[in-house]
Amino acid sequence: MFLLFFCYPVGSLIGRGIAPAGTVDVQGVIDVLGKPRVQRIALFTGWQAAASAALAVALGLPGAYLLYCCRFPGRTAVRALVTVPFVLPTIVVALAFRTLFAADGPLAGWGWDGSVWAILAAHVFLNYAVVVRTVGVSWAHLDRRPAEAARSLGAGPVRVLLTITLPALLPAIAAAFVLVFLFCATSFGIMLILGGSQYGTLETEIYRQTAQIGDLRAAAVLSILQLVLVVVVLLVAAAVRRRGEATLKLRASVDLTRPMRRADMPALLVTALVGIGLLAPLAVLLIRSLHTPTGFGLGNYQALSGVGESNVLVTPVTAALGYSLRTALVAAALSVLIGVLLSVVLARRPRRKVARRAVGTVDALVMLPLGVSAVTVGFGFLIALDSPPLDLRSSPLLIPIAQAMVTTPLVVRMVLPVLRAADDRLRQAAAVLGAGPMRVWWSVDLPIMSRALAGASAFAFAVALGEFGATSFIARPETPTLPVVIGRLISRPGQVNAGMAMAAAVVLALLCALSVFLVDAAFGGRRGEPGIGGF
Amino acid sequence: MLDLSAVTVTYDGAPAVSGVSLEVPDRKVLALLGPSGCGKSTLLRAIAGLEPTTGGRICWDGVDLVDVPVHRRGFGLMFQDGVLFPHRDVAGNIAYGLQRAGLDRRQVAARVGDLLELVGLPGYASRRVATLSGGEAQRVALARALAPRPRLLLLDEPLAALDRSLRERLLTDLRDVLTSTGTTAVFVTHDQHEAFAVADLLAVMRSGTVRQVGSTAQVWSTPADEWVAGFVGYRTLLMGAAAAAIGVRTLLPGCRLGLRTAALVLDDEGPLVGRVLLVTPGPDGLVLTVTIDGVGELPAIGPAGARPTPGENVRLRLDQTATAVIGSAAVNSALVR
Repeated sequence: MFLLFFCYPVGSLIGRGIAPAGTVDVQGVIDVLGKPRVQRIALFTGWQAAASAALAVALGLPGAYLLYCCRFPGRTAVRALVTVPFVLPTIVVALAFRTLFAADGPLAGWGWDGSVWAILAAHVFLNYAVVVRTVGVSWAHLDRRPAEAARSLGAGPVRVLLTITLPALLPAIAAAFVLVFLFCATSFGIMLILGGSQYGTLETEIYRQTAQIGDLRAAAVLSILQLVLVVVVLLVAAAVRRRGEATLKLRASVDLTRPMRRADMPALLVTALVGIGLLAPLAVLLIRSLHTPTGFGLGNYQALSGVGESNVLVTPVTAALGYSLRTALVAAALSVLIGVLLSVVLARRPRRKVARRAVGTVDALVMLPLGVSAVTVGFGFLIALDSPPLDLRSSPLLIPIAQAMVTTPLVVRMVLPVLRAADDRLRQAAAVLGAGPMRVWWSVDLPIMSRALAGASAFAFAVALGEFGATSFIARPETPTLPVVIGRLISRPGQVNAGMAMAAAVVLALLCALSVFLVDAAFGGRRGEPGIGGF
Repeated sequence: MLDLSAVTVTYDGAPAVSGVSLEVPDRKVLALLGPSGCGKSTLLRAIAGLEPTTGGRICWDGVDLVDVPVHRRGFGLMFQDGVLFPHRDVAGNIAYGLQRAGLDRRQVAARVGDLLELVGLPGYASRRVATLSGGEAQRVALARALAPRPRLLLLDEPLAALDRSLRERLLTDLRDVLTSTGTTAVFVTHDQHEAFAVADLLAVMRSGTVRQVGSTAQVWSTPADEWVAGFVGYRTLLMGAAAAAIGVRTLLPGCRLGLRTAALVLDDEGPLVGRVLLVTPGPDGLVLTVTIDGVGELPAIGPAGARPTPGENVRLRLDQTATAVIGSAAVNSALVR
């Protein structure tokens, strides 16, 4: 299924691009790669992703320490709050940052409107939680004894941090960096809205080439370029993770946290500033959504039942909302189903070398959609699944399936580590006690991964709800999803449309945050374990 | 009866167990004794069905088990550190294996109660697994393994993770439980004391092969070779002339005299004279290193009250019960031929 709905569309897109007449056209590929514009965009894609990831790591480390190694009242709530930006739809975030830095925005004086800084800020905003959670969970379980040994050998706190703690955390930090890099390198919604015509990534360029210019070959070549970039980064990530799993022996869930001390002040300061940075764009968005032509009020929200100024929409926003919810629900169910099946297979450690290698290959393959542009997936769907042997163009399942392709890797990333970390001897103990394979799965694997599964479902739902890249390609005008509607509203002039976009974005943000919040509260249980949101 | 013939297990081409043949009669306990990495745990897992064999046969009552999956073998397995299901309470863990027994809920509860009584933890049924101490967890693991009345109980170093006093107490309890329930068992350990305390039969393993099988008394009194002798506690081996120097003149050529630490005892009336090199006080008395003319350095023991000083000459006697003749079996068969 994964093969059919991911590899087939992407493969046929690539095939269409490099071999339009049935034979591989090498010169065409070189022509596209030789264009200065393409080279500039590729370079920009790489460096802005690296800069975003570096910034997110630098700002995230103090937060990881504070939220996972220290005890203070309200820690649970703060941890949950920090996660919210990650599940926010990129289009909402882009809108919030544009409003923040716009000429009439509260931070217009910074001059960041349309600059790289706005893009970097939005990327850090989105991915701060990735760093905090990934590094924090490792930090909370880090063996404290080497640090204590170093202290007893005369090393001061700073030296211990630099020479013992950070090197021990390096696998987690590297993993977080790579993830953020991938997310930013394939960033679409942020780039489209904040980058304007000046800045673009390969992702937005693919969109431009296909949707606006119609140059399929250029788009396909760009897709391949991006695929290569992603594969290289994923290979590095896999190598880092292998080292990480070997060196980072997570200890049992003993509470190693301690109350805050004066030495934690710098970390607290940085995290508080970041906290303000996380809240400000959302606050601005909320305030602006209440800003109507006739003063403050709920006018923009009431307008959501209509089709906007000069009828820019085909259906009312509320109808799009209902459709979005249904679609995201199906997509989440699909991706959980596929994700769990994949995880169970990938968690096996076969005895034979060949089988082990096969599992490793599938593992890498599953992660591809995490980095392959959602736009590529969406566009691939459009051209591959609209003609026999598969014609799904008119199927109501098309959008959920495309969204599931985007969210499945997230599910796998959240469920798989839990299954892998589970002591295999638990399954053996069950088998020895007379449990067949089905009962072992039901009575051992399922309870172990239940929390991670609940978290993964919520994440999948939230991400599917906010998915913009793939959906913007395949959504039909009469059945748009909420993010597509927002995108359409802000691309058209009119104060009413802008206000409606703000209101719709607030609704969307609330829904995404709420779904993750509810599941976190229901299944959160004991804290400090790798579980919900641990990548 | 468990019957292994020429069992071989390989990991990625390297043999972990090669050509092991063993028999465990009903209601007997066999200890697989050997240093870590000798393949004893692998052999145990192969018997349980958790490792595929690459050669030989594992039979129960004459039936080859090669095609019987783990969950249909009816064998119990106890791990080094319990491996209790963290999401079930104590009763839920013990009852796990009773599902196939066709008992109703009351009967299950009664059986769980009986087993908790048997392992000395009455009233623990609703305790959460995370609240158990190491020793309690192992007792629950034992109860869980015994609950479905396994035809054979496999124990993989069940006491190795516990501290010393707890280990000794649990060892006695384990022996009592195995005897009172008449369970046939294979017990893997690297500790000779555990093996002698629990088992009727002993198989000594080294690098994937069985070096000696027999009753515990047999292995103790006549180790098959020098390595086995050293592993079961005969730390010092003497050749003919040296043995004669401490009074054992009956040693056949080619044989060795094995001495445990307690073979030489400090005794003012003793016939031997040695010079003290080193004195190490211990809780049960002194452990000395002495040198005897014509023999060399030997260990010896003395009562806790004695005060020998290094350099002093002391009198010693040989305790024959702490010695063994090694190689006699080989020599005897050579003579017969």
